[in-house]
Amino acid sequence: MEIVLAAGIGVFAASGVWLMLRPRTFQVVLGLSLLSYAVNLFIFSMGRLTVGAPPVLGKGAEVVSVDDPVPQALVLTALVIGFALTALFLVVLLAARGVTGNDHVDGREPHHAEPTPENPHP
Amino acid sequence: MNAPVMSATVTSSWLDHLVVLPIVLPIAAAGAMFLMDERRRTLKAAVSLVTVLVMLAVAILLLGRVGEAPEVYRLGNWAAPYGIVLVADRLSALMLALAGTLGLAALIFSFARWGQAGPRFHGLFLLLLMGVNGAFLTGDVFNLFVFFEVMLAASYGLVLHGSGETRIRAGLGYIAVNLVASLFFLVGVSLIYGTMGTLNMADLARRLASPPAEIALFEAGCAVLGIAFLIKCSAWPLGFWLPTTYSAASAPAAAILAILSKVGIYVVLRLSLLLFGAGSAQGFGQSWILATGLATIAFGTLGILAARELTRAAGYGVMISSGTVLAALGTGNQGALSGALYYLLGSTFAAAALFLLAEILQRGRDPADAAQPVFADEYRDPFDDAGSTEIGRAIPAAVAIVGGGFLLCTLMLAGIPPLSGFVGKLAMFTGLASGTMTTSAWGLIAALTLSSLFTLIPLVRLGIFSLWVPHDDPPPVLRAPELAALALLLTACIALAVWGGPALSYTEATVRWLSQPSDYVRAVLDGAAAPGAGS
Repeated sequence: MEIVLAAGIGVFAASGVWLMLRPRTFQVVLGLSLLSYAVNLFIFSMGRLTVGAPPVLGKGAEVVSVDDPVPQALVLTALVIGFALTALFLVVLLAARGVTGNDHVDGREPHHAEPTPENPHP
Repeated sequence: MNAPVMSATVTSSWLDHLVVLPIVLPIAAAGAMFLMDERRRTLKAAVSLVTVLVMLAVAILLLGRVGEAPEVYRLGNWAAPYGIVLVADRLSALMLALAGTLGLAALIFSFARWGQAGPRFHGLFLLLLMGVNGAFLTGDVFNLFVFFEVMLAASYGLVLHGSGETRIRAGLGYIAVNLVASLFFLVGVSLIYGTMGTLNMADLARRLASPPAEIALFEAGCAVLGIAFLIKCSAWPLGFWLPTTYSAASAPAAAILAILSKVGIYVVLRLSLLLFGAGSAQGFGQSWILATGLATIAFGTLGILAARELTRAAGYGVMISSGTVLAALGTGNQGALSGALYYLLGSTFAAAALFLLAEILQRGRDPADAAQPVFADEYRDPFDDAGSTEIGRAIPAAVAIVGGGFLLCTLMLAGIPPLSGFVGKLAMFTGLASGTMTTSAWGLIAALTLSSLFTLIPLVRLGIFSLWVPHDDPPPVLRAPELAALALLLTACIALAVWGGPALSYTEATVRWLSQPSDYVRAVLDGAAAPGAGS
């Protein structure tokens, strides 16, 4: 179970980093979202992985293993905050698209030199 | 935010609840702002002004009260480490007072024009202050994350305030960088929780007294957390976003954003002295902090030399001041750290004042600088209405006042006598010289001396260009609120120099207190009659 979760977090993080370094703003948003999934899963796994263990003990309950509820609370908070800030980032992204007229992260397309007879491979 | 149980208020003084006021007041006022109609500007301005004034008064009261022992306030009356505590000690109170003063100046400045340049300025402004105050007060690492996010979310709005292409483009990068920093923060926090099983700062320090099982993983978590804070305090090589963002932001927003990098500095100071001052992880990361600080000073100095606009120069000034405190912390010299704290106060005031001055000098010269509409229905151009609706009258002798203010800022940032920039640097040198002169001490002295010189050159050049070189533009117009804001910041600079002795002895006591982490731990975890306990 641990290896599957670790691999999943790794794949999320790797795709997130790659997308975040892409030049289009939408790719950056997707990359940030994937990265935040990876981080949320990571926080969750820091409470140690258990199956079928209750996070909160009831009265007179007899349980051998207990799940740590704190990382679950932390991940909930982080999720909400991350979601809200991604939404905010999307709005800014749309504003940037509207104002600059393109979706490059620099606000302008990179300059591509036209080939000339002197310099056929710019 | 739960209020503590009030059943036993008969015996507890209202002063016991002072610690929570810097958080509760601005969020309540900000909530009220969002309910008020956008057109009721005078009311909004008045409510914000009263809120910030009360916050500043509370901070000054706290400065006097936390001298002997810190005030520990249990939220919801849950004892630490199970509940979240707010801890006001000397450092927190000092930073609260700094935030209050800066907030007051930026708010007053915004009354002239910028408060009307777009919707919801005052609400965002108060939320930012709430996040900053909360970050200074909280004694819990995850709660710190929440306050950081409140502060950053409000700062995203403030960076975009006034809109326009420059701001949106700068804001896009700023938000992306800070979202990634927040992810680093979360990874660090969860690693610390996973290895130590607690997130209360005092409890962490206590558990570190004996080496934990997974010390390497814990230290990795702290390093990742440190990256998040170093991004915030714009340490090299994580701070390239700062000058672009701050110079794009509107003047009052840039002035209040100057406190944001200080929040990063504050957390680095607090956590490294508390967790790595003693115990099993003693001295962790210290040489890295020193190297980062020196590199930040060097990069900021090169940046300020290359700056062609006053706002960018001020942004690099903020970087230099961050780097100075980091490097002083990295030397592990108490005298140097005390001087650096003192320098931090003055340089923050001066950088904020420089942002305000730059706006006064450059307004009208650069049309792209003016506000542009995002939402047409809520928008009024602050530069359109000539005089009629603006608060305050134009002040005569504007050029003289602006020039004098510029001179003071230059002296402060470059650290030249007689102002407190010089006193702070001198205190750092004396502190370093009283210890053993290691290579790092010489390095810091050299870096600070060179950065003084290289800060002076570009600021003088920019000052001559803005104030003395004849050009066709009309002379700068200074409104009464702008004058008041500038006067407040510059008076604070001068007061720091005049009362340098008491201020320095306060920062010395602060550093002494910070280097005794066991006192902090005892106050938070064993505080018998903690304020806010309601008994």
